[in-house]
Amino acid sequence: MTGAASWSFSESDYKQIQTHLQGFLRESNARCALLVDRTGQLVATVGEQPQFDPTAFASLTAADFSANDQLAKMIGEAEFASLVHQGEKESMFLADVARRVILVVLFDQRATLGLVKLKARAAVENLNKVFEQMFNRVASGAAPEKGILEGAEDEIDKLFG
Amino acid sequence: MSMINYASREINCKLVYYGPGLGGKTTNLEHVYGKVAPNTRGKMISLATETERTLFFDFLPVDLGTIRGFKTRFHLYTVPGQVYYNASRKLILKGVDGIVFVADSQLERMEANVESMQNLYDNTKEYGYDLTKIPFVIQYNKRDLPNAAPIKDLQAALNPGWVIDDPAQQKVVPDPAHPGENLVEKVDADWMGRALYMEAVAVRGDGVFDTLKAVSKLVLKTLS
Repeated sequence: MTGAASWSFSESDYKQIQTHLQGFLRESNARCALLVDRTGQLVATVGEQPQFDPTAFASLTAADFSANDQLAKMIGEAEFASLVHQGEKESMFLADVARRVILVVLFDQRATLGLVKLKARAAVENLNKVFEQMFNRVASGAAPEKGILEGAEDEIDKLFG
Repeated sequence: MSMINYASREINCKLVYYGPGLGGKTTNLEHVYGKVAPNTRGKMISLATETERTLFFDFLPVDLGTIRGFKTRFHLYTVPGQVYYNASRKLILKGVDGIVFVADSQLERMEANVESMQNLYDNTKEYGYDLTKIPFVIQYNKRDLPNAAPIKDLQAALNPGWVIDDPAQQKVVPDPAHPGENLVEKVDADWMGRALYMEAVAVRGDGVFDTLKAVSKLVLKTLS
């Protein structure tokens, strides 16, 4: 590999992701669910719009998850598939999706950790399927992003003067 | 790993500033943060120690403009420079689209530069990335200092080049930033390629945007 492969998702992928996450939020009573890719980019936000900077939050989430991944390896575990950060009022639950994306659930006292964990399991399974389909599409070369900027060299040159 | 979001019409790319400790990586990001319009950048995050040495990373998202109706968002990261932070440094490289190596031009930092460059090669190799193929720019920083080494010495130590075996790429490529110099040329019997380099005084902002533009352009061209 010469560098990291790129991936893309379409509007219909996005709608599927939203449907799964909305269902999960309803069943778990959690406030908000975010999907962040492992490089720190925010993929989707569903539920109550967060009051913080979501881009910064996404980069810190990916770093948190990656650091914990390494800690898991150090103690002889292949991975920590999920993490919990419990606060006095607000808490976070993080779970791996398809080894490429992280589901972050924000919840308060209206939800319990047990219920969030239980419902997240089903949501993660559904999301795994959606993302695996997306990645297979990229792997099979059917991805629409191939050469998305093809022929745009002039525009790129212009952008950077 | 650039991510293309058709729903929000965004192209997201990850750039990492690498290099030895106290070389000016964070200064580069601070200058970008200070100069770009607030509506085109996000919050700058610094995970640093009390002495302002980067502990995990600095992070700054910036929008560099729109191409083909897609907003180009670049996520700029720095890594901690000190040798003993290698575990966290390696994590930041995951999924990188373009790398800037910020070298400290001071003569006495030559060894630290070489060690950091070697570490970059080792860490990228572990992810299966090839530095001779991914967008990569070297920035020689602190050019204003009296003890700055000559560019040709820095080039010899940090950017000696690599042999190009592919006949399709064996043609002279002029260096757009340095008239009269080439990025690909025949040296004796071999065709050699080398990384683009920029000179900078990051504390004054000199060369900071030139470097950012150069690496961003290379990243976007990989999508074209």
